[in-house]
Amino acid sequence: MALDQPRTKDPTAIARHATTERRTARYLLTGTALVFLGLFLLLPLVSVFVEAFRKGPAAYFAAFPEPDALAAIRLTLLVAAIAVPLNVIFGVVAAWAIAKFEFKGKAFLTTLIDLPFSVSPVISGLVYVLLFSSHSLLGPWFKSHGIEVLFAVPGIVLATVFVTFPFVARELIPLMQEQGTTDEEAALSLGANGWQTFWHVTLPNIKWGLLYGVLLCNARAMGEFGAVSVVSGHIRGLTNTMPLHVEILYNEYNFVAAFAVASLLALLALVTLVLKSLLELRYGTELRAAGGH
Amino acid sequence: MDVRVSGVRKEFDRFPALHDVSLDINSGELIALLGPSGSGKTTLLRLIAGLETPTDGKVFFGDEDASLKSVQERNVGFVFQHYALFRHMTVIDNVGFGLKVRPSNTRPSTDEIRRRSSELLDFVQLSGLEKRYPAQLSGGQRQRVALARAMAIEPRILLLDEPFGALDAKVRKELRRWLREIHDKTKHTTVFVTHDQDEALELADRVVVMSQGRIEQIGTPDEVYDKPNSPFVYSFIGESSTLGVRVENGELWLADRPIGLKSELPNGDASLYFRPHDVEIVDGSQACIAGTVVASRRVGATRRVELDLRGSADRVEIGITADHPATEMSGIAFRPKHWRVFPKN
Repeated sequence: MALDQPRTKDPTAIARHATTERRTARYLLTGTALVFLGLFLLLPLVSVFVEAFRKGPAAYFAAFPEPDALAAIRLTLLVAAIAVPLNVIFGVVAAWAIAKFEFKGKAFLTTLIDLPFSVSPVISGLVYVLLFSSHSLLGPWFKSHGIEVLFAVPGIVLATVFVTFPFVARELIPLMQEQGTTDEEAALSLGANGWQTFWHVTLPNIKWGLLYGVLLCNARAMGEFGAVSVVSGHIRGLTNTMPLHVEILYNEYNFVAAFAVASLLALLALVTLVLKSLLELRYGTELRAAGGH
Repeated sequence: MDVRVSGVRKEFDRFPALHDVSLDINSGELIALLGPSGSGKTTLLRLIAGLETPTDGKVFFGDEDASLKSVQERNVGFVFQHYALFRHMTVIDNVGFGLKVRPSNTRPSTDEIRRRSSELLDFVQLSGLEKRYPAQLSGGQRQRVALARAMAIEPRILLLDEPFGALDAKVRKELRRWLREIHDKTKHTTVFVTHDQDEALELADRVVVMSQGRIEQIGTPDEVYDKPNSPFVYSFIGESSTLGVRVENGELWLADRPIGLKSELPNGDASLYFRPHDVEIVDGSQACIAGTVVASRRVGATRRVELDLRGSADRVEIGITADHPATEMSGIAFRPKHWRVFPKN
């Protein structure tokens, strides 16, 4: 490589050789990465849309006004509308506690927050079945009070909240830890109360990270399959979310409708990705500004 | 506002950071807490502010016990080491923050807040930068914003944590003089923390020297420099030379000869401390400290000479004027003009 070539006087040329691979190696690495991405990520995504439009746009759009599809979309939106705000509150509170205070059991709490990531979603669903089924401890009590948890909307919400719990907290903890507590101390010393400090100082400092966490949390809340599948009971028009609806349509060989609904979820993913990269752009400069402080 | 720290002890997880510290600060005074890192000076400052609570002991503001009051209620202006400016707020919003968060019955109108904030920015010589964000300011400018923000709440005392620590040497000197001017104008009772003795001696009315969670000495810059009361203060403030000596019947001896200094310490080993430049050169026939020159360096207006002493393993440094005839000699005898002996521990 660099040694085989005649020595150049330009020091930058030497630096370039030292840190850059040979041209063939560069192309080989980049090419492998691109082929892999295309094969495993882009191709499936494209095929979703290809399959969805196989019988033309008319057939594609016919999949949505169908009552079961509408009910699935509505339920998915409802679940996300409940689960995401809950996790934002839990996430901010947990991150605040972990990043700004010293207490016993902090390491345990941090590990606990990661639990939903390390447990298979099916197990997460199963836990709620065990908790709320008619033979369990809590199930009969809720039943006697007229509340159906399992195979109903509350169960689906619970499972979704469980699975999506870490997103907001995980995003905020490192950010808040890095920012430390001096900004808060400054606000307090200037006479601000706890709420004012949170609202005027802490929240603006974490807003981009928070938004990023909310986006990821929302994407997962709408797309969750495993845990929801276990607790939902698959009652058409009642307890089917979009991912479950896709599965049912697919199993009925209604491919166009299945892929049409799936394309909505894919679109959601794409929109999330675009927003996420925009945020990263914005959030990156914000963090750099903070670092140079 | 007088501030009185009375018997304060602070432990972090059983690790003591301050042992039984008492300190009286007079109204309008500019006080420096000076010490190496880990001496507890920042902890003491934060205790006065109410950012930490003492394990034991009390803090009084005037006659009122402030120990049980929260940091908000104490109404202190605190300038943080890295300023802790709110990065998403403009300079003027930073300065006005303390007024904006007041309860509605004591909060000035928006216009009044704006007016007062610009006035303060004017006072710290930053007018024209109202609309900037902290990231767009230099270190010295941020420092001034932080000070203006702390003064906006009309604090009872001003507390500054290493106010010049993050600045380069030139800006540091300018700001030092400027802070002294500000203090002379506003007469705020001010406490600042520093590890830089020049800063403390130049700026403060009184210096509190701290080491390992204890106050070693409190006094004016002259007192702590000229009359250090412990080996620590002697070696921490200014330059000092140390020499192991022996006390015998009220006289100091170096090996087999007296050095012409008297002491009231009981017989036994002791350490002699003196300033290297504060010595008189004598001829070797009197009782004195005599040695052979092993190294000689020019330091500004003086020459620094390192001596190998007869009858001692210690080497000492003395400073003499550069044109002194003794600099030509290979052997020098001298006697410290001001000195202290401390029993060897």
